[in-house]
Amino acid sequence: MTTTVAEVGVGVRNLVTRNVRQSGIFVAFVAIFVLFAVLKSEFLSPGNLTNIILQYSYVLILATGMLMVIVLGQIDLSVGAVVALTGAVAANVVIKEHAPWYVGVLAALAVGLLVGCWQGFWVAYVGIPGFIVTLAGMLLFRGLTYMVLGNSSLSPFNGTYYRIANGFINGWFGGYGIDVFTVVVFAIAVVGYAVSQWRTRRARIAYQQSVEPMPLFLAKLVVVGAVVLWFGSQLARSRGLPIVLILLAALIIGYSIVMQRSVFGRHIYAIGGNLNAAQLSGVKVRRITFWTFVNMGVLASVAGIVFSARTNSAQPGAGNMFELDAIAACFIGGASTSGGVGRITGAMIGGLLMGVLANGMQLLGWGQSIQLVIKGIVLLLAVAFDVWNRRRAEATR
Amino acid sequence: MTSEILEMRSITKTFPGVKALQDVTLTVRRGEIHAICGENGAGKSTLMKVLSGVYPHGTYEGEIVYDGDEVRFGSINDSEAKGIVIIHQELALVPYLSVAENIFLGNEVRGRRGMIDWNKANHEATRLMERVGLHENPTTPIGQLGVGKQQLIEIAKALSKDVKLLILDEPTAALNDHDSEHLLGLLRQLKDQGITSIMISHKLRELTEIADTVTIIRDGRTIETFAMTDPGANENRMIRGMVGRDLEHRFPERESNVGDEVLRVEHWTVHHPTQEGRVVIDDASFTVHAGEVVGIAGLMGAGRTELAMSLFGRSYGRGISGQIFKDGKPIDVPDVSAAIEHGIAYATEDRKRFGLNLIQEIRSNITSAGLDRLANRGWVNGNEELKVAEEYRASLKIRTPSVTVPAGKLSGGNQQKVVLAKWLFTTPDVLILDEPTRGIDVGAKYEIYTIINRMVADGKAVVVISSELPELLGTCDRIYTLAFGRITGEVPVAEATQERLMELMTIERDAKDKAS
Repeated sequence: MTTTVAEVGVGVRNLVTRNVRQSGIFVAFVAIFVLFAVLKSEFLSPGNLTNIILQYSYVLILATGMLMVIVLGQIDLSVGAVVALTGAVAANVVIKEHAPWYVGVLAALAVGLLVGCWQGFWVAYVGIPGFIVTLAGMLLFRGLTYMVLGNSSLSPFNGTYYRIANGFINGWFGGYGIDVFTVVVFAIAVVGYAVSQWRTRRARIAYQQSVEPMPLFLAKLVVVGAVVLWFGSQLARSRGLPIVLILLAALIIGYSIVMQRSVFGRHIYAIGGNLNAAQLSGVKVRRITFWTFVNMGVLASVAGIVFSARTNSAQPGAGNMFELDAIAACFIGGASTSGGVGRITGAMIGGLLMGVLANGMQLLGWGQSIQLVIKGIVLLLAVAFDVWNRRRAEATR
Repeated sequence: MTSEILEMRSITKTFPGVKALQDVTLTVRRGEIHAICGENGAGKSTLMKVLSGVYPHGTYEGEIVYDGDEVRFGSINDSEAKGIVIIHQELALVPYLSVAENIFLGNEVRGRRGMIDWNKANHEATRLMERVGLHENPTTPIGQLGVGKQQLIEIAKALSKDVKLLILDEPTAALNDHDSEHLLGLLRQLKDQGITSIMISHKLRELTEIADTVTIIRDGRTIETFAMTDPGANENRMIRGMVGRDLEHRFPERESNVGDEVLRVEHWTVHHPTQEGRVVIDDASFTVHAGEVVGIAGLMGAGRTELAMSLFGRSYGRGISGQIFKDGKPIDVPDVSAAIEHGIAYATEDRKRFGLNLIQEIRSNITSAGLDRLANRGWVNGNEELKVAEEYRASLKIRTPSVTVPAGKLSGGNQQKVVLAKWLFTTPDVLILDEPTRGIDVGAKYEIYTIINRMVADGKAVVVISSELPELLGTCDRIYTLAFGRITGEVPVAEATQERLMELMTIERDAKDKAS
């Protein structure tokens, strides 16, 4: 099979147009990344890259659940308060009651589940808009946090709980200045990615569907593999593989598959795209809505655990404004404000873009005030770009 | 002053691919009540939109002479300034605003410094309401009044604009007999005050009572205009005019091969979801057999869609009673997924609002109702899904570059095929097709009919709901007529004529009571 340069060109263009909603933001992400790398050499340092992961992991976890809620055509304003509440419960169990770390984790997850059931019930079965239910939840769970903590913060956690967000896996295979284990894990991830891509391609060919030309396919694998391995080696030069990164990777991959390939995920898209049509197609709208909110509650508790472990404390004001970061990540990542459109990967890039922005501006020594201004402008421009892009796409068709 | 208040000369209006109006002429004399009748889609509403400036001058051909001068309306404001007011079938009232606020919406009573003078507005509103025979508090929110009174408020609103020519689109469709009587009485009063009215209605009996002149429109053309005082003017003449087109070869041939009974509905009664005590479907019973196409003929507001949707997993209405039998056994269909499990499919009349997820790919739309068939423990096989989508694309001839294109990019006919594919994929035994060819061109219609024929050839039972009588006559084996929520007749296609059906479709409730 021969492939001409022209075919590859067409392939690249198809790849770009097919993902036009996300490619724009991806390009912006790369541009900002490169910009900071040029402006400040520490930006690319192993220590700083590790920091970005640790610092923004909870926003990414929240954005995963938030994307599903937004695709459904709802919104969840309460996640920041839920982060605080679940962290407070875990702290109470672990610090005050001296229970083992896993009891604290389970207690936090249980609270998240209950919160999700509570909000899901009001939205799905009573029919109150998610905006209102979670606005009430924002106040309610913040108040409960104060009650659980008795208006003062609790710290510190024991070592194991603390390690959830601050621990690293390293040193298993030794190495001089660079952790071999971390590199091996990343290498396995790259191979796994390549194999799964290859199998997908084979399956598509078996079903006689179009696939991108071979050189392009290989180039894509090489580029992705190189970037991932470089990132892995940078982490290995610092403190090794963060535990949080493993958790994050599992969640992102898992939920991407749920959204793209499960009946549940497909029903979420169907409801967000056209509620009436979904209902008349036999989609159990209430059940799906309920479980989406339950899922959000649980993910918020995961973020709560990670955040409390990261700060090694539970504070009454924890998680303030996190909901806005998570929501912004989804919209920057191409989710539609009216529901039905959005991808987990998009939300992750949106979240990382904000994380990288904040981190880079901190490195440059810019103040909090200017950071907020720039974040606000980026959010606005991202959505404006999306609107403009859609209008253009409609005009050309 | 001429005796004609309005003359529309040779109006032609084209939409992409469709001639909605062709050389239509309408002459309305000053101070009369002029009825326009025709089937759904004949072009009545389009004509009224041309007249009121919804379609501005330049988007149609022909000329409009109003009050002796040629007029060129650029918008609805222009026509209202000249005293032409249109009252649409769906009332344009804001339910939470008061009567007075609604009457003067967009036309507020200004006092000093541009502020609204509420005392004056409420006083004016009371005076206007008196003219239409209403005695309500002008500060009452409109939503608290019944539909009949709301209709009168619309007229009061028109009066506030100093109306000379009042256009009413199906004003009594949603009203009960008492309210209808009142409204018709009011129109007579307005006539005595010198206000000319144009009225569109399907209720022929009502038109014979009130109209001075009738114009009949069919397929976008004026058929005839006659005075009700003519000796030959009666309901039959209207019906003949409305349907009098011959059936050309617009329908594919089909060998009828009717099998066993698949679906039987007995004593199906449905109440309106919000209006207490209003019966939408009244004691309807019907049967459908395998390999049979059964038609349900009814005019707008007869309850066609309500009947179908209430059967399809109780998707419409409340206080539903009656029994559904499938293959002779009674079944319970509490929700849509139960209906799908029992092999019932319903393709909606409004595919954009209720049928498709326009922003999603064609393939996801095709599989959305039968996704479980592609899934293993909750995981969808995406490749298998594409294969299914490709199969339907080929077999139903869905014209698209790819099944990964959003459904919203397709033409109406192709969208309808996607809807049909979606339901065929659930392997139903009974397909209820609600207006399957609404808003699609003639060529695509033929293809849809071919698909229907293939369904019945496969032994499926098909119910076609339509207001286009030729379509029913061309596709069905048996036709039920529905009028005002009741099944008023059952006619084998061999004995059915458009005139006979139209007669049955216009039987009004009390008329039927009197007859029985």
